[in-house]
Amino acid sequence: MASLFSASLPSSDPSYSFNQAPTTASEPRQHAFYPYTDNGGSTLGISGADFTIIAGDTRSTSGYNINTRYAPKLFKIGGDGPNNENARIVLSVVGFAADGRALKERLDTVVKMYKYQHGKDISVHACAQRLSHLLYNKRFFPFYVTAILGGVDDEGKGALYSYDPVGSYEREQCRAAGAAASLIMPFLDNQVNLKNQYDPNSGPGLEKKPREAQPLPRETVEQLVKDAFTSAVERHIEVGDGLQTMIITKDGIQETYSPLKKD
Amino acid sequence: MNHLPQAWGRPRDDVYGAYNPHYLPHSHGGHQAGHPNQHTQSPIVTGTSVLAVKYNSGVVIAADNLASYGSLARFTDVHRLKVFNKKAVVGFGGDVSDMQYLDRLLLSLHVEENYAGSGDVDDKESDVALMSAKNLHTYLSKVMYKRRSEFNPLWNALLVAGLTESNEPFLASADLLGTTFSAPTLATGFGAHLAQPILRRVVPDEEASKALTREKAVEAVKECMKVLFYRDARSMNEYSIAIVDKESGVDLKLDEKLEGQSWAFADRIRGYGTQTA
Amino acid sequence: MPGFDFSNHNRNLALHAQGVPLPKATSTGTTIVGCLFDGGVVIAADTRATSGPIVADKNCEKLHYIAPQIWCAGAGTAADTEFTTALISSNLELHALSTGRKPRVVTVMTMLKQHLFRYQGHIGAYLVVAGVDPTGSQLFTVHAHGSTDKLPYVTMGSGSLAAMSVFETQWKGELTREEAVKICSDAIQAGIWNDLGSGSNVDVCVITAEKTELLRNYITPNVREQKMRDYKFAKGTTAVLNEKIITKEEISKYVTVQDIGDGEAGVGEKMEVDT
Repeated sequence: MASLFSASLPSSDPSYSFNQAPTTASEPRQHAFYPYTDNGGSTLGISGADFTIIAGDTRSTSGYNINTRYAPKLFKIGGDGPNNENARIVLSVVGFAADGRALKERLDTVVKMYKYQHGKDISVHACAQRLSHLLYNKRFFPFYVTAILGGVDDEGKGALYSYDPVGSYEREQCRAAGAAASLIMPFLDNQVNLKNQYDPNSGPGLEKKPREAQPLPRETVEQLVKDAFTSAVERHIEVGDGLQTMIITKDGIQETYSPLKKD
Repeated sequence: MNHLPQAWGRPRDDVYGAYNPHYLPHSHGGHQAGHPNQHTQSPIVTGTSVLAVKYNSGVVIAADNLASYGSLARFTDVHRLKVFNKKAVVGFGGDVSDMQYLDRLLLSLHVEENYAGSGDVDDKESDVALMSAKNLHTYLSKVMYKRRSEFNPLWNALLVAGLTESNEPFLASADLLGTTFSAPTLATGFGAHLAQPILRRVVPDEEASKALTREKAVEAVKECMKVLFYRDARSMNEYSIAIVDKESGVDLKLDEKLEGQSWAFADRIRGYGTQTA
Repeated sequence: MPGFDFSNHNRNLALHAQGVPLPKATSTGTTIVGCLFDGGVVIAADTRATSGPIVADKNCEKLHYIAPQIWCAGAGTAADTEFTTALISSNLELHALSTGRKPRVVTVMTMLKQHLFRYQGHIGAYLVVAGVDPTGSQLFTVHAHGSTDKLPYVTMGSGSLAAMSVFETQWKGELTREEAVKICSDAIQAGIWNDLGSGSNVDVCVITAEKTELLRNYITPNVREQKMRDYKFAKGTTAVLNEKIITKEEISKYVTVQDIGDGEAGVGEKMEVDT
């Protein structure tokens, strides 16, 4: 900007289009390009005794606009061919959709290469750690996504891992992510981990014992997922249009789609 | 005359203003030492909306022929639809120079594909498959994502219209951030606000698009181009329209004119407030 | 002193400079429209109020009363549309009383623009003013900065472009009342389905020389479906730390106690329950 002002400053002698004396360094201009955007939406995952369920709405937004009413946030990882048949791991990504897709493709490649090189399927545990590393590898230009990874572990139990954008991860019973995470997560805490609930028959006043969380049956979990999303749709403008769910068991992945409100 | 021989005959700042060397490389005073390289950080000559609709056997795509320089309607004969092959057409919104770069990239890709395959022949029996619109969209979205990751974006919003490998209608978008999505109807820029509601009423979902005829699809797109001309200040009444059909291939018309405009509302307008005559 | 109280202005500037963010006002994200027809005027609105990305009210009223035959649809900051229309409505009533004539829509429009211009856009009210007065049916828009427009069909709010797409494809010179109501409700629906700032139901107000009809929730395309599970907690789920029982006899020393049927709430006291 300095060069622009110099022309209008009052001065007795003329100046020229080349430097006569070293000028003071002008500040570098601010980059106007911001490489991220938020495509809205929400995801959630719950693990059971012998299954894991992952769900996400299918709306993609930019600002107050709907890009499309069907943009899947759930991806099968590994398996065979371009459609990932016989896969046993599901990745959900919410946040910046382009980063989400790039992350999914990297993990998918890694998992497929693992099978190619080792002759066996990767374990969810190993896949989860690898995903953490993929995220941390971009620590200073992060993937702007919240990932949830689901599968069935070596003991046949439902496994669910949740991540922050730079790779911190943890195995959990349940997790909500994305735009309506702050609406859904407290509901899950209360209904899945039975937080703030006491056993009515365990004595009076302070002697009451908190209810113990048990792995929930599949039907209950499916109902909780549906209710979590229909409720989030009511109160969050970026959530809606459709609900995609994937249920991972030892027998494979069962995928379903059901419509949500479109307003 | 002054005592600086190197200044003789050179433009004086007090007459012509200081020379702005910001676009020049380091070595020519464009950047102060240690300052970062500067890339395209905003679009200059721009195109506005691109619209497209999938119908039962193909896709209709349209964009007007205007390239604006800020608010100046600078070039009125810029064709923003590019035919890649008989299965794919790309529509460009945003920076026109970046569009021309991508067009050149697509041309070289087309040449390579022709060497590897056999021209415009699409024959799966003999293992010679034409690059599909889906393939092209994957390619373009990766170019866009790579450039955004290098902080040197191609300032465009693209629609890729055409057919998949199995000749199903295909429509998807990619933008300067590498964001991609697909829907039975798509519109970039101002069209996302004005045209998309109209198109979604005609084609609410995939089923509706499978039932839509070519004539109805063209009609809907033309209606939208008209509404955009009424309300988008960076638009014009001449446009390009392309139809990619699995039976008849690509039909591109470059210099269409809007038809059947209505300005019926105008005759009863009297002022903006208390004026009545 | 009448008017706004600016005594916290300097303090707020200092707080803001220290990085304290401004409080978030409820905005009526909104699609609102208006359309003239032969013999009257229609205005319509969606019913979603938002605070950032959160839906603050699923069924709010954006059609405001100004006078019996003059109504106003409001977009922008909810409080500003509410108070501005209430203020102008009040002043208009006094004006009508003092002149002994029916109020005119141009008067409302002029009062609104002069009020809003004085506050240089800081009152975030974006309005569609419509009504029938002795000069005929009238339709205006008023922007927060005080500019106005007079057109046969108008839209405002975040869904204004979606709504305008309907008018630009469907509108014609001569419209009947039914056609005008249809086109307005279609325009609002374009906003409801395509604009995230708009949603829920369609409210319509039809004003003719004879009467005004407020069609609250004219279309309700977004009724919530039944929840899959019942979320009633078993009695005793919440831990009770201490307990104090006040008997009816004790409390009736201070207030009148009236018995109502077992478990049934009194008339007008039924709580709205989200099923």
